[in-house]
Amino acid sequence: MNDVAASETVHEQKAHESADQGHTEGQQHPLGIYLWIWALLFVFSTFSYLVDYFQLHGLLRWSLIILFMLVKAGLIVAIFMHMRWERLALKFAILIPPLALLILIGLMAIEGTHTFITRWAAFVR
Amino acid sequence: MAQDASIAGQPAPLEGLSGVAADWSGDKQAFPVHWGKAMMWIFLLSDTFIFTCFLTSYMNVRISTTATWPDPSKVFALHIAGQEIPLLLIAIMTMVLITSSGTMALAVNYGYRRDRAKTMALMLATAALGASFVGMQAFEWTNLIVNEGVRPWGNPMGAAQFGSAFFMITGFHGLHVSAGVVYLCVIARRVWTGFYDRKGSYATVEVTGLYWHFVDLVWVFIFAFFYLW
Repeated sequence: MNDVAASETVHEQKAHESADQGHTEGQQHPLGIYLWIWALLFVFSTFSYLVDYFQLHGLLRWSLIILFMLVKAGLIVAIFMHMRWERLALKFAILIPPLALLILIGLMAIEGTHTFITRWAAFVR
Repeated sequence: MAQDASIAGQPAPLEGLSGVAADWSGDKQAFPVHWGKAMMWIFLLSDTFIFTCFLTSYMNVRISTTATWPDPSKVFALHIAGQEIPLLLIAIMTMVLITSSGTMALAVNYGYRRDRAKTMALMLATAALGASFVGMQAFEWTNLIVNEGVRPWGNPMGAAQFGSAFFMITGFHGLHVSAGVVYLCVIARRVWTGFYDRKGSYATVEVTGLYWHFVDLVWVFIFAFFYLW
């Protein structure tokens, strides 16, 4: 009898733990990883500030700004927002639709350039 | 984790691409996460589209204008002890927002550890940092409007579109931070009253965290494209 009761208690405990740490209850990770990412975000923010402070120009400036921006955004989404540990279905549902925005950005860049050329030809030249 | 899930008497969910197909095609809840989390992610997805529309229209007017674009490095410089330090206030604001993201991440962690006092304290610290961010933004706006003469329809430094893009983008972001501060205070109060202990779940703290990290995420893009470009 006692054994059965004991095993039931253990079973309940395990079920409770899995509910605590499983997908339904939430995300539980060691504190260290958050502190590391926190420090990295500070480092990369300082880097992007230094790009401006040292007045870097041209291709080097744009590529460094984009690189630091993407690293910071990736760290925030993957670790702070726990996307790294989510189910692949949720990752796809949230991360794929924004790719459509790249087309918008591309089209608007073309359109903006066209407007610039038109204005330059009509008003400036 | 997968083995843990099978304890409840159900088979472990499939992984990889078959997992995606099974999650979507099964006649059941699509995302095996707290509903608030799924809803918050979908809201943040829509917000991503809104902010991208703002940043894209900013890109469009900046490309298409024939007037020179004001140099943000000079416009947002602070004068301290007779020296001009470029973008100093913006750098401080960036650091404040990153610090608040860190305290929020820790708050979520302590929430799941059922540590009520630490969770509430860290959430309030996050809210305080957010409020100071908004305060610095108010200072920046005042400086720009009063001292630099920037208006949504024009400014003395160059392209007229600078003001409208700046006020629209940073204003909408500031609104998000302000709303987040209120949101954090409401949830922190519920943490303190033991609401989530009675409910048996601290998932709401994580959902609040998602919103707050998103606000930080948007700032990363604004910082890169508006202030550094």
